[in-house]
Amino acid sequence: MFYREASQYKTSYGADQQIFPILQDRMGFLALMAIVFVVVPILGNDYWFNGLLIPFLILALATLGLNILTGFAGQISLGSAGFMGVGAFAAYNFVLRVDGLPILASFVLGALCAAVIGVLFGLACLRIKDFYLIVATLGSQFFIEWALTKFGWLTNYSSSGVITAQKIVILGVTFDTPLRRYLLVLGVVTVMALAAKNMMRGAFGRSCMAVRDMDVAAAVIGIRIFRVKLVAFAVSSFYCGMAGALWAFAYVGTVDPEAFGLERSLQILFMAIIGGLGSVMGSFLGAAFIMLLPIVMNLIGSTVSGQAIDTSVVAHVEQIVYGVLIIWLLVVEPGGLVRLWQVGKEKLRLWPFPR
Amino acid sequence: MNVGRVTRRMLAVVALGVGAVGSTVTLAAENEQFFPMIGWRTGPLTPLGVNLAGGWIDYMDLLNKRDGGINGVKLTWEECETAYKVDRGVECYERLKKGGPTGASAFNPISTQVTYALLDRTNTDHIPIVTIGSGRTDATDGRIFPYIFPLGTNYLSTNTVKIKFIGSKEGGMDKLKGKKIVNLHMDSAAGKETIPILEAQAKKYGFELTNIAVPMPGSEQQAAWLEIRRLKPDWVILREWGVAPAVALKTAEKVGFPANRIVAVPFAGSEDDLTAAGDAAKGVYVVHPMPPGEFPVTQEIKKYLYSGGKRGNLDDVTRMGTVFYNMGLTYGVINTEAVRVAQQKFGKKPLTGEQVKWGLEHLNLDEKRLKELGVWGLVQPIKSSCADHEGGGSAKVFQWDGTKLVPVSDWIAGDKSLTRPLVEESSTKYAKEKGITPRDCSKEG
Repeated sequence: MFYREASQYKTSYGADQQIFPILQDRMGFLALMAIVFVVVPILGNDYWFNGLLIPFLILALATLGLNILTGFAGQISLGSAGFMGVGAFAAYNFVLRVDGLPILASFVLGALCAAVIGVLFGLACLRIKDFYLIVATLGSQFFIEWALTKFGWLTNYSSSGVITAQKIVILGVTFDTPLRRYLLVLGVVTVMALAAKNMMRGAFGRSCMAVRDMDVAAAVIGIRIFRVKLVAFAVSSFYCGMAGALWAFAYVGTVDPEAFGLERSLQILFMAIIGGLGSVMGSFLGAAFIMLLPIVMNLIGSTVSGQAIDTSVVAHVEQIVYGVLIIWLLVVEPGGLVRLWQVGKEKLRLWPFPR
Repeated sequence: MNVGRVTRRMLAVVALGVGAVGSTVTLAAENEQFFPMIGWRTGPLTPLGVNLAGGWIDYMDLLNKRDGGINGVKLTWEECETAYKVDRGVECYERLKKGGPTGASAFNPISTQVTYALLDRTNTDHIPIVTIGSGRTDATDGRIFPYIFPLGTNYLSTNTVKIKFIGSKEGGMDKLKGKKIVNLHMDSAAGKETIPILEAQAKKYGFELTNIAVPMPGSEQQAAWLEIRRLKPDWVILREWGVAPAVALKTAEKVGFPANRIVAVPFAGSEDDLTAAGDAAKGVYVVHPMPPGEFPVTQEIKKYLYSGGKRGNLDDVTRMGTVFYNMGLTYGVINTEAVRVAQQKFGKKPLTGEQVKWGLEHLNLDEKRLKELGVWGLVQPIKSSCADHEGGGSAKVFQWDGTKLVPVSDWIAGDKSLTRPLVEESSTKYAKEKGITPRDCSKEG
């Protein structure tokens, strides 16, 4: 009833092929954009931007990158954080060493470096699959972390290896307040998410899914499997690299190899799985679940208990509840959060008589 | 599958969360000085987190219960759990920076990475970052880092203390000539941080320096120690942490290198690390800028907080007087003394971060003051200034007798003539990279 396509006639190919073919989706998307670009900046405070929204958006972008590779193309990777690191360090070095290069251009160049490195390690996928590929990408994770610590040139010979990212200045505007940084991150993430959504609906996305579902069949219908896999690696690493550059410049303000360790890779993989593999929206839902839920529980814990309960008890309870929630969610809905959303949509369509 | 139920529950969780976020800005009573605290009660560094927080909270609690706060201004604090994660640390900073009636007094990240992440934010938020025994060494230069305070002893000073101690064991600094010293360090950025200062000292005193890197996390060190056996050095400096120190000491015993020729850094030499190494640790030397042991203030804490069935912050009272607990006490003393100093200038009321920063810059903890506080011997004399955010630069050396750390020296002062040029070289480079004009300290009041 609320979500019915009846009487929405598509009279042209354009109308049939647009990114949100259903009116309600279009309205919903516009409303969402209005909320995040207008309402949130008006209502939010520094804590919302700096503590919650900026890291959430950046991790969602990285998850999206991994989702392109794992969810759409079926190549499981444990190297996402490493590629984030490549993006961050490359962007830092471009800003440092090339005078007058616009910062967004250096972000893009940094992300391109990540894409190149991603392809290099992705070459492994030409020969191996599944668990063996996980191990190969795990190797990339360790290699990148090691290289970033080992070669002083990359960190500009900083004594402790942790370097401070440069200021973000675009067209004379300095992005120094949390609100401005939020809008910058939001802008980049929105553009890249829409691009991903479009890419996955097009020829490339369909080839990816064909390779994922059955590579022999894909080869038979004329898809060049290796090329698709390598491009998927490149696109995925590009997204991760951009997320890494944003993480370093717009969130923590430092470029630090330890921020891009294995734990981050696993976190991103969990976000993709919990959110729902093979879905753009799932990446955002998963990032919200994995990143924001512990913080929300921590806030509830410390607000409810105050000083009365030992903080270590709160911290431990938080971890227990968090773990239980993940298991519970995967048991009731192995398809991830996005599957819940889709089921909900189906029900709304049949309302008031859902199955 | 019952999706309706699932979604309803999720909505409930989200609603609760939104409520909690909204209510964090709670109104506090007027006459309070607020300290945000980062917590590590879970995660890889739990022993450090629990005991450090214990010492710090106990000290502030003591001031509240015994003296009614600082000149009538009550101390309050809130802990925020990070499990030693950088992004959670930043989140906690943002969450707590506006707490209390005047905002956060000072933020103590206790983690080098979090300190770096907050570098830029402090300049706009005007909240001082206190990094005692951790953090960015070149922030000692207060002209370029106005809000960062690595008070006490930075890594470079600790290192010069080690060489001075080795010199005294050899019978004078001139006897170091021709001696062989191995710097066994973790193969990470922080592990390599002391190489330049060691090279400077090797040049000055004429000892032979060999740097040997141990790959992280250091659970296998056979190769490194075989190399050491081949070199036959006079001393080994152990710059390791985590699981590595215990492995190092056990491997040293296996290859036959005497423990009493090893000088360990503070974070390799807590009671937990040394106990883990068993008999192999007996005789090893450790340098501690925040020494273990019981002091008059410990007795006061026992009297006011732990007597008559009362309980302070620490669950396990036997941990009182350990390295980590005393670290917490030192954090408490330095932070609260900064508030006290600032109160003399700005009045006996809750102070803002900017005002506390003035206090941190004008600390003068001399022997008399430290004895009044009952922390003489625990906290080193500290005199900070606009240009010098370290203020101290000394450490004591201890020897592990198998069950406890026994002091073998008084405060040994670091060598500022060696450390300061390195600090300034690094801070000037940072200022140039970031386009910062150093403050003119002669004009600061």
